[in-house]
Formats: sequence, structure tokens, C-alpha cells
Amino acid sequence: MFDFLDSGQYDLLGAFWVTAQLALYSAIGSLVWGTALVAMRVSPVPLMRGFATAYVNVVRNTPLTVVLVACLLGLNQTLGVSLGADRFEDIGFRLAVLGLVAYTGTFVCEALRSGINTVPPGQAEAARALGLSFTQVLRLVVLPQAFRAAVTPLANVLIALTKNTTVAAAIGAAEASLLMKTMMENETDALFTVFAVFAFGFIVLTLPTGLILGWAAKRLAVKR
Amino acid sequence: MSGESVSKGPEDTPRAAGDLVVLSGVNKHFGALHVLQDIDLTITRGEVVVVIGPSGSGKSTLCRTINRLESVDSGTITIDGKPLPQEGRELARLRSDVGMVFQSFNLFAHKTVLENVMLGQIKVRRTEKKAAEAKARALLDRVGVGTQADKYPAQLSGGQQQRVAIARALAMDPKVMLFDEPTSALDPEMINEVLEVMQQLARDGMTMVVVTHEMGFARSAANRVVFMADGKIVEQASPEEFFSNPRSDRAKDFLSKILHH
Repeated sequence: MFDFLDSGQYDLLGAFWVTAQLALYSAIGSLVWGTALVAMRVSPVPLMRGFATAYVNVVRNTPLTVVLVACLLGLNQTLGVSLGADRFEDIGFRLAVLGLVAYTGTFVCEALRSGINTVPPGQAEAARALGLSFTQVLRLVVLPQAFRAAVTPLANVLIALTKNTTVAAAIGAAEASLLMKTMMENETDALFTVFAVFAFGFIVLTLPTGLILGWAAKRLAVKR
Repeated sequence: MSGESVSKGPEDTPRAAGDLVVLSGVNKHFGALHVLQDIDLTITRGEVVVVIGPSGSGKSTLCRTINRLESVDSGTITIDGKPLPQEGRELARLRSDVGMVFQSFNLFAHKTVLENVMLGQIKVRRTEKKAAEAKARALLDRVGVGTQADKYPAQLSGGQQQRVAIARALAMDPKVMLFDEPTSALDPEMINEVLEVMQQLARDGMTMVVVTHEMGFARSAANRVVFMADGKIVEQASPEEFFSNPRSDRAKDFLSKILHH
């Protein structure tokens, strides 16, 4: 039943390794970008607030496929942006990370914003009363508490991100779902087995994420 | 702004050497509510001013305008001769000289008691970590919670939390301390431990503005009682005079309601 896996013509682990790398780089990138976005959304500068609000609302309501294909066709093929790569697959990978960060950052931003809303206003007031600047208040008092409150929604974002990496197949990143497409064409008699293998692969990636972050959410919760 | 108009500014009016906080003609609205109406108040160095009055009279708002946690619509507020600047670096520097204690303590929930008292010293005053810790521990001892230094705020009683909050404010060596109803959220048995710390501070010569409902504290620690009602300062007097012989009807009415049971 699983003999097609032993044939040696498919690099299943390699494909999932690309998926894992795609998810990891995108996760780090979107955490940074999402934090920057949320800082802008709560900043006292109207221009920054306006930009971040507009960005979040436009990008999170755009289908991911559109974002990624726009990265390839718009950035790469029209503007010639290749992010320092020359092989087609590497260009696809890097552009996919870029697109996933641009897209997932908006969800990270909103998860963090809900975290910020759990921090009582008195915390920021006390910090301002000590003489801390706006960025210090955010960095030292508000965001650390917001992150702890946002671990559970951030875990959701991370799981969604991991599964969203499959869309990167559309721009030629050699991740798991691209291999699945090939296998579906070649192994028509074992179609459901192929599905099962890939579903299992993603569960292996995402289930521990959810469990570990669920545990972390409890550990890190701020007691009031 | 031209040089000429600067010289006509409020900071140029003759100022007694001892004046630390000066509010003049301060107005503030919350929507249709005129919460502060032409407030003039001068607090001299070393003075303990207790602000009392019915709920909604604007006394908390008054307290919060002094370090600009609330902005004002008109009028000027100067601290040690400097007018309050707009939001920004300059204002942050000024706030660091004004200690504030809140009704709901507002200790940083994700930091230990010790870290709470060290944060401002390290990040605002740029004190070295060792020195900041030594000072924090000394202050925590002074307010009687030295043994709780490594706990988180949520593990402390309300009275202990409020004393930590006082230590946190004192760690900045403030010129003036603002207390915004510091005992209103406390269980009755914890009120005294906080008031004792405040009384000690008053005896040590700290300039204090205290918004409170504790008439006992007003009697024993205040140099001056400011009575507010409906956004106005109705009466100012020494505590003996105010409590035994209030002049305004509003103050008489207020005192008759709170002192006889």
C-alpha cells in the first residue's frame, strides 16, 4: 500500500523539510512585521495608524493566492526582484516567504491587538507616569503582557500559516503540496493513501505547535 | 512664537521661590461636562495638600492634569517653573519628577515587586542595575514590604501592592507626589498601613497632593485642605479651620454627611 514511498523517486522528507523551513522563516518574519504593524496601529501618530489600518484591512482581505502570484508576476517577472536567488525554485521560495510574511503579519497584528486590549489602561498610565517614552511603554510594559495574552490566538495563526504554505506551490516553491500534485498524477491507484500521507505530514507539523503553545499560554499567563 | 510673546508668557509672572506646582485658569471638558472650571491652585515646596469633595467633583481629574495624564483645554500648569510640554520626550522627563500613586495600584503585572521598583530607575534615570536594586530594596524595606521583593504583584494584598506602588514612585526621587485616591480600593483593615507610609512621607517633607476620602489623614497630615465640588475649588483652608468651621454651605453639607456616623 505504501510501496510507492519506497520506490525512491519521491523525496517526501525533503519536500516536508521545505514546508517546515517555509513555515519557520515566514513565522519569524510575520511575528516581526506583525509587531511593527501593531505598534503603528496603537501609535499616537495619525499617519502611522492610518497606514497600518489600511494595510491590514487590504492585505488580510486579499486571497493568499493573489498575494503570492502577485509576488511572482508583479515583483519578480515585471520588476525583476529575485531577492538574491537565481534558481527558479529558490526565487519561488523566497518570494513565497515574502508573500506569507506580508499576509500573515496582518493576522499577527490583530492577534496582538486583541492581546493589547487585555492589558488594563492603568498599566500604560503607570508607565507613562514614571517618565517612560511611548516606545518604552510599549516595549517594556504593554507588549510583553500583550504577547502572553495572545499566545493562543498566535498559535492559531501559526497553524494556519503552516497549512497556508501549500499555496506556495502555485509559484513553484518545492514544498510538500507540489510533490503531492506529482504523486497524485503518478499514483492514481493509491490516491487516498497519498492524501493520507500528506494529511499526516501536516498533522505532524502542526499538532505539536498547538500543544506546545497551549501549554506555553498557561505558563505565561499574567496573573492579575 | 516670537521672542516678544515668550516674554509675556505666564512663566514670567513673579513667582515665589517656594512654588512647586502652579495651576492657573485651568479648564477641562469631558464632552458636555465641564469637569474643571477655572482652577487656580498653588502648591509650595514641602506642602501637603489634601483634595476632598464629593464624587464627580473633578478632584481625580485635577490630580491627573498635574502630570498631564489628562490634557487641559485652557489655562497653564507649571511644575518647578516649567510649563507642562506637549506629549513627547520633554513631557516624559517632566513626568519622571512627578511621582504618581493610583487608586488601582497599577503595578506592572508581569514583573516582580523588585523589578517594578527598578524599572524607572534603570530605563529613565539610567541608574546602574546594582545601584537600582539596592535603592529598590531600601525603599521596599522603608514601606515595610522588603520580604515580598521577589513575588509578583498578584501575590500581594492590596495594602502591600499600594505600598510597593509608593516605593516605585519614590525610586524616581520625585519633586512632588500625587496620590489619586490611594486607599479607595483597599479593604478597611489595609487602609492604615498605607496611610502610615504616607504620613511618614509627609513628615519627611515630601510635597504631596492627595485626593482622598480619608478625613482622618486630612486632619493629621495635611497643611491645607482643598474642597472641590462640581469642578470648582469651593474652599481652601487649614484642616483645623476647614473641619471645625467650614465657610461655604457646600462644604458644610458635605461634612455633615460624612462625619456623623
